[in-house]
Amino acid sequence: MTTSTKTPIQAPPQRVKTGSLLSRLTRHQIFIPIAALLILVVFNLIADPSFFTISLDHNSAGNPVLSGYLITILDNASELVILAIGMTLVTAASGGQDISVGAAIAIGGSVVLRVLCGTDSRPEVLHAPIIVAFLVCCLVSMLFGAFNGVLVAYFKIQPMVATLILFTAGRSIAAWINNNELPIISDATFGYFGNFIPGIPIPTPVFIAVVCMIVIAAVLKFTNLGLYTQSVGINAHSSRLNGIDPAFIKFITYVIMGLCVAVAGFIKVSRFSTINYSVVAKDIEMDAILAVALGGSALSGGKFNMTASILGAYVIQFLTTTLFKFNVVSSALPAYKAVVVILLVVLSAPVVRERLGILARRFSPAKPAKEVG
Amino acid sequence: MQEGAVLELRGICKNFPGVRALQNVDFTLREGEIHALMGENGAGKSTLIKVLTGVYPKDEGTIYIRGYDGPAAIKSPQDAQEMGISTVYQEITLCPNLTVAENMYIGRTKSSLTNWKKINRDAGELLDTLGIPASPTQQLASCSIAVQQMVAIARAVDMECKVLILDEPTSSLDEQEVAKLFNLMINLKSKGVGIVFVTHFLDQVYEVCDRITVLRDGQLVGEYVIEDLPRVLLVSKMLGKELDDLDGVGKADARVGYDAGGVSVMEASQLVSTAGIKPFDFSIQKGEVNGFTGLLGSGRSECVRALFGADRAIGGTLSMNGKKVRISKPLDAMKHGIGYLPEDRKRDGIVGDLSVRDNIILALQVMKGFFRPFTRAQAEAFADEYIKLLDIKTASADTPVKSLSGGNQQKVILARWLLTNPVFLILDEPTRGIDIGTKLEIQKLVLKLAAQGKSVTFISSEIDEMLRTCSRLIVMRDRKVVGELTGDDLTQNKIMTTIAGGENP
Repeated sequence: MTTSTKTPIQAPPQRVKTGSLLSRLTRHQIFIPIAALLILVVFNLIADPSFFTISLDHNSAGNPVLSGYLITILDNASELVILAIGMTLVTAASGGQDISVGAAIAIGGSVVLRVLCGTDSRPEVLHAPIIVAFLVCCLVSMLFGAFNGVLVAYFKIQPMVATLILFTAGRSIAAWINNNELPIISDATFGYFGNFIPGIPIPTPVFIAVVCMIVIAAVLKFTNLGLYTQSVGINAHSSRLNGIDPAFIKFITYVIMGLCVAVAGFIKVSRFSTINYSVVAKDIEMDAILAVALGGSALSGGKFNMTASILGAYVIQFLTTTLFKFNVVSSALPAYKAVVVILLVVLSAPVVRERLGILARRFSPAKPAKEVG
Repeated sequence: MQEGAVLELRGICKNFPGVRALQNVDFTLREGEIHALMGENGAGKSTLIKVLTGVYPKDEGTIYIRGYDGPAAIKSPQDAQEMGISTVYQEITLCPNLTVAENMYIGRTKSSLTNWKKINRDAGELLDTLGIPASPTQQLASCSIAVQQMVAIARAVDMECKVLILDEPTSSLDEQEVAKLFNLMINLKSKGVGIVFVTHFLDQVYEVCDRITVLRDGQLVGEYVIEDLPRVLLVSKMLGKELDDLDGVGKADARVGYDAGGVSVMEASQLVSTAGIKPFDFSIQKGEVNGFTGLLGSGRSECVRALFGADRAIGGTLSMNGKKVRISKPLDAMKHGIGYLPEDRKRDGIVGDLSVRDNIILALQVMKGFFRPFTRAQAEAFADEYIKLLDIKTASADTPVKSLSGGNQQKVILARWLLTNPVFLILDEPTRGIDIGTKLEIQKLVLKLAAQGKSVTFISSEIDEMLRTCSRLIVMRDRKVVGELTGDDLTQNKIMTTIAGGENP
């Protein structure tokens, strides 16, 4: 259709939504997590500015460590951030969530301990190099991820139902791997990954999380993972007719989720140098799902924003730490969190955001809408 | 009411925002007749049925039902049912895990205590009288689809029904099953039930029906006794083309000739796919435009889907430029230089939430490979080039494609395939539901592509359009190829007679 072809009927010109800076901001996907973060920051500033002090102390081993609530938040959010990466991809491609990640972390952590300790629950020396334990953990976790992936992608079982299997069985499998014993590792180097490396005052999990973010950023930039997962999540039929294999893409996101679980599980066991099968990473899957939701990505799949999910994970940890600081007892924590979550989720609901956008436009100076022809 | 009528609709109008779905439609159903309701997609058949069964409220008009004085007030499907109008839909709406008897009586027993013995006995009697080969205590899922369909009818009939509406009941049945269903229909007819039969299959209409009502574009074309309406006339009424009318229009156009001795770009022999079409042959030459024609549901789309690997082929061979190829999935076809614009734009074409840019580059990107994404600048250049070339009206390349108008969405998908520089492009209903200007643009584009040496297979419900663009037409009826027309045979008359089954007007 060259320009020589005269179109007798022109399609109605599309309106460019301009509006004020404010309304554009509120429409942006990343607005909600950032706004939530700001509210939490302001709240803490007013309540107790000492929340933001960071001091350089020395830990029991005499190494310099940074301490303060902000450091705690960055440190403790690491696992959640890593899981949120995987959960975002799983959600985008399969339009559902993996609820087995907590149980899968128990398995991954258990595998690490089993490889390092052998059958000895209090080993004097490690039975294998730490890197081997990590790699085996990755392999096993990815296999379990693949199990979930096969159920979802090829047997077309609803993600929540499919991953319910591992959710139910995971912690028993984890206990079984170590014959129901709780091995404790005394080797100091193993603790580096979940705590501090001597001489470096920033907790190691922060670095691991940053590495994961860099890796996923690179993957999204240098491969078509982002395009394919979103395309499959939005419209699997047309994706297939454009040469994409929707089932395989769904499958692969669950395998990636498995890898994220392995890294998170490794950090978890390193923090304590041991594992408690029934409580390790308990309910973390819900926080990971929440991180995705906070980030504004639809839980029914399709478009996603990785940065927003990661920010969402930090917001959740920020909230948890804030509540702890105000001496909310840990048993009451979920109730408080729920209240905040209700607010955030309602605010980020498209219906509400649309309304907010209209409000914002009404209160902004009127500008003629630009038209393109 | 007319003598013998069980149901009369007078002057029914129904508007949807922007669409006049039904305009002043009359319909009369007599006692003990099978009455076919015919029309192409969008003719208003389903709307009429939905008005009749209380799914949609009507805007104007009156409905008379025998046994009720004055206009009948049908406000809900329950009302319709109570007045003796039962409907059996295309998809079976029963519960496969319950027994046949349970399915027939579920939700209809008045007391809270259920006498299953009695119900099973009653069900058995009814099944016997209707000649349905099923046992009341059998689980429904263990019956064939046809029998399930019949159970659904039995359920409908047992509710003291005077009017039975069958909406495409035969679309998932094989020939023997259809025969069984027809026996049941004739049986019911002899009991005085009036049956409204909606179908796309012409043969079936002429096999069992007594009368035909034809709708087109929401208007009544007419009611005919079957003996008075030869097939070819029926087809012409459905398509809205008089025989001999406009014959030969567009013949002088720049249609690209078919050279009987030329080399085929693509050739299929005895290809058959999982979609339930009869094996067919196909070939297309370099620079040729050909097309599949036939009524809706005749298998046109299924044929091209098989060529593209969208439906899995289960028999037959494909070759390109004389060499045998295997196409088991769309990516295989794409790698051989085939592009496919699907019939259902929303379901199979656009990826709604993705931007216009991503939608344009999608196919080429997939062909390039997972690990080799286009840079942002490349993608932008492609998108801008085609937005300009096809004159796509969009706010920007970043706009989600779902917010574009239908015609512009279609252009985006065209751009997607043009970008892959295909040797063979399949366009399935590229002009459906888009404005006239864009339609002409697309037709011109097709001819231009052919002039550049590309091969195009074109499907359209509008015969005019096919005649203007195609040099060869493959005609389909009831899921099989029934003819191939070239040269002087490319006339509306000839196409319609071939669609109808070869008899001359």
